[in-house]
Amino acid sequence: MNNNELLTGAFSEALVIDKSQVTNELQYNSIKEWDSVAHMSLVAALEETFDIMLDTDDIIDMSSVLKAKEILAKYDVKF
Amino acid sequence: MLSSNLLAGKVALVTGASRGIGLAIVKRFALEGASVYMNSRSEGSIDELAKQISADFSADVQPLYFDVTDSNAVQKAVWSVAKKSGRLDVLVNNAGIMRDAMIAMSSDSLIRDNMAVNFEGSFYCSRIAARIMMKQSYGSIINLSSIIGTVGVGGHSAYAASKSAVIGMSHAMAKELAPKGVRVNVLAPGFIETDLTENIKSERRKSVIDQIMMGRAGTPNDVANVALFLASDLSQYVSNQVIGVDGCMVT
Repeated sequence: MNNNELLTGAFSEALVIDKSQVTNELQYNSIKEWDSVAHMSLVAALEETFDIMLDTDDIIDMSSVLKAKEILAKYDVKF
Repeated sequence: MLSSNLLAGKVALVTGASRGIGLAIVKRFALEGASVYMNSRSEGSIDELAKQISADFSADVQPLYFDVTDSNAVQKAVWSVAKKSGRLDVLVNNAGIMRDAMIAMSSDSLIRDNMAVNFEGSFYCSRIAARIMMKQSYGSIINLSSIIGTVGVGGHSAYAASKSAVIGMSHAMAKELAPKGVRVNVLAPGFIETDLTENIKSERRKSVIDQIMMGRAGTPNDVANVALFLASDLSQYVSNQVIGVDGCMVT
């Protein structure tokens, strides 16, 4: 499984949404499933999936799927 | 003291653990079978102490050096515990300072120092520990406040504010983390014989002890015993509580 598929799976599982909804354009708080509570589950899922520890500033900045990819790139997770 | 192995298999981190209440908690947890990371700020300062406690209690006690006011250092250190031990079950936010002064003589730096160590330090450690504990769906965070934070004492406005902040933070964290299986409680010690209180003049000391219905100052072990209860599964249905450890102090 490549990193795009892993990321899509993490978003889908953490937010309990269909994988087809996980697009670069999907934004935090744009759907009811991606609220602040779900955001913490998402962070945990991404950390577990990619075996990383996100900085607090990155958790706060993770405002979309595209932004998540940009942030993960800082942790050597390439897309 | 007999062990009931109440913390067998648990991993605990105690901040400000080189002496006083923190050190007593480390020893109590070690006796009860926990693996304990004891924190101090000064690199190398508690290497020997950790070895000695490990030997005395046949336990795994390791030093962990970081400054609780440095959020980056806190994140790295707390995360390293989870990476090394595979989990973090108990966090005791004990590191603290007491900078007291009458309100008109409380400098900006005195206010900031109290808040930085007592409140911000506890927040930084809890912030990363909570993330680890939520993933486990298990954990206990024990925050050290003070009777001064619950009822106030003249000449301690900044210290009182910092310790009250710990209580407010803990109430909010407890509510946020309870659904995730993480408990948050506060210990509010009264007059405990530690380095913080050893320089109090005898006249003042007597007047304080006169306010304690049990007739004596507390010991670090008195606090450690309650910390053990909150750390262990004996308190698995207890969260969001502020527990005074003050010998029935009338204030």
